[in-house]
Amino acid sequence: MELFLPLLFIFALAIFLGVELITKVPSQLHTPLMSGSNAISGITIVGAVIALQNLPEGSVIIPIVGFLAVATASVNVVGGYLVTDRMLGMFKSKKKGE
Amino acid sequence: MKEITYIIASVLFILGLKRLGSAATARQGNTLSAVGMGLALLATLFFETDLSWPLIMAGIVVGSAIGGISAKRVAMTGMPEMVALFNGSGGIASVFVGWASAKPGMSLAESIPLYLAIFIGGVTFTGSVIAYLKLSEKIDGKPVMFKGQQPVNIALLALILLCGALFCVSPAGFTDPWLISAILLSFVFGVMVVIPIGGADMPVVIALLNSYSGLAACAAGFIISNTVLIVAGALVGASGIILTGIMCKAMNRSLSNVLFSGFGSASTSSSGGADVEGEAKPISAEDTYYILEAASSVIFVPGYGMAVAQAQHAVKELAALLEENGCEVQFAIHPVAGRMPGHMNVLLAEADVPYEQLLEPDDVNPNMAAADVAIVIGANDVVNPAARTDETSPLWGMPIINVDMARTCIVLKRSLRPGYAGVENPLFFCENTRMLLGDAKASVQALVSQFKD
Repeated sequence: MELFLPLLFIFALAIFLGVELITKVPSQLHTPLMSGSNAISGITIVGAVIALQNLPEGSVIIPIVGFLAVATASVNVVGGYLVTDRMLGMFKSKKKGE
Repeated sequence: MKEITYIIASVLFILGLKRLGSAATARQGNTLSAVGMGLALLATLFFETDLSWPLIMAGIVVGSAIGGISAKRVAMTGMPEMVALFNGSGGIASVFVGWASAKPGMSLAESIPLYLAIFIGGVTFTGSVIAYLKLSEKIDGKPVMFKGQQPVNIALLALILLCGALFCVSPAGFTDPWLISAILLSFVFGVMVVIPIGGADMPVVIALLNSYSGLAACAAGFIISNTVLIVAGALVGASGIILTGIMCKAMNRSLSNVLFSGFGSASTSSSGGADVEGEAKPISAEDTYYILEAASSVIFVPGYGMAVAQAQHAVKELAALLEENGCEVQFAIHPVAGRMPGHMNVLLAEADVPYEQLLEPDDVNPNMAAADVAIVIGANDVVNPAARTDETSPLWGMPIINVDMARTCIVLKRSLRPGYAGVENPLFFCENTRMLLGDAKASVQALVSQFKD
């Protein structure tokens, strides 16, 4: 498949970029970083929507599975971002907070 | 137009992760990344044709409600298990996407990523569920080991690979028996790889599973040739791996040692570590108060015990009283204290402790000898001096917080039992150590009321 190699290329670059971005994060931010990046992994929601495209006539299982995919990915996205925001809202600096 | 929006979304994810790297910009970073997610989803909904709108909308509404309500309701102390559950739901989403995308006669460039998405996603799902059960103490946090565990796991893995190979060479759509077997076996495998890992090693497991959920999303991206899935998934995969590495380094152990050794099970604790001699010296809250009242520098060292007792607010109150008393207060936080990376920081942030006061071991240890008092609150293995002094100890070589070097060390603890790793702690028997036994929150509150009287 001609598209496969460019995609692999993007993948390799993104991995290195991710490593560069994360290596510098101080340990006090590890929890929000983890739950924030966990929310990003909910990007599968895009895949889930596409799984519900051009559904074959009369199929039952694929719509159900696709619905479950959208629902579980939404849990991941919405829950992940909200919980991260809640946590980060509590991180306060002494200088600004008082 | 769709691709351009995907590029913008990817840039927002990257900027968001970058801003998450500093406490001052982190919240903004998270918002940027959420905007990126929204854009990616909207672009897909607008530019793809023949979508099943009712099903998509129903899924988004139901999922968002569940995710939103749980995120609002969860207590800060329940954060590790909440993150584990969200992670698991991302994993199962990849399994569903993979399964629903299976079509008869797919090319290898599609079937192999599909197989990887269901395999990695399946392991992430059940692994996260087991991690959730262990963290919320719905099942015992101790490692589950049995004879022949490794051979069973290897056989299981071989079977999953075989099913995958048979599926990939001639994919028969979503009813392909090899595909369904691979999904079910991946679920079993996820359980098998997490049950032998003890509660204290959960920070590593959570970070690793987080990485897997990203890689599963990435694999799903290859199935449908979607760039934003690949970029976002790879970023998460990389960040999870880095965090895993940091956690392992903080315990001076290799990843394979964490995953396979069943560290903290009864069998390892009896073999390693010299017998500890001497007697632990208990102290009353009143006597502790006199020591603290006279101290001019105090270092708090919190651990999982503080989370269990929900003592963070009481600790903050005590710290504020000490500061009023003219004492310098610092918090020394070990990277693996608690049950997820950065667990203690979140709890202390909830109690309004400014993040400038939270220090890493490397910044605190050089000043430890000058500190009047080190107060250990429900931490154990991360302050065990045997890691420095006893070559036979299972903890040997782990970087610790050297509380034994402070002039006085006060240990708040429920009992004299060893920590999660099952290793005796010679700290409790040191000349300058005093044990304040009891529930951490009750003990700290007793100290607070002494100060107020």
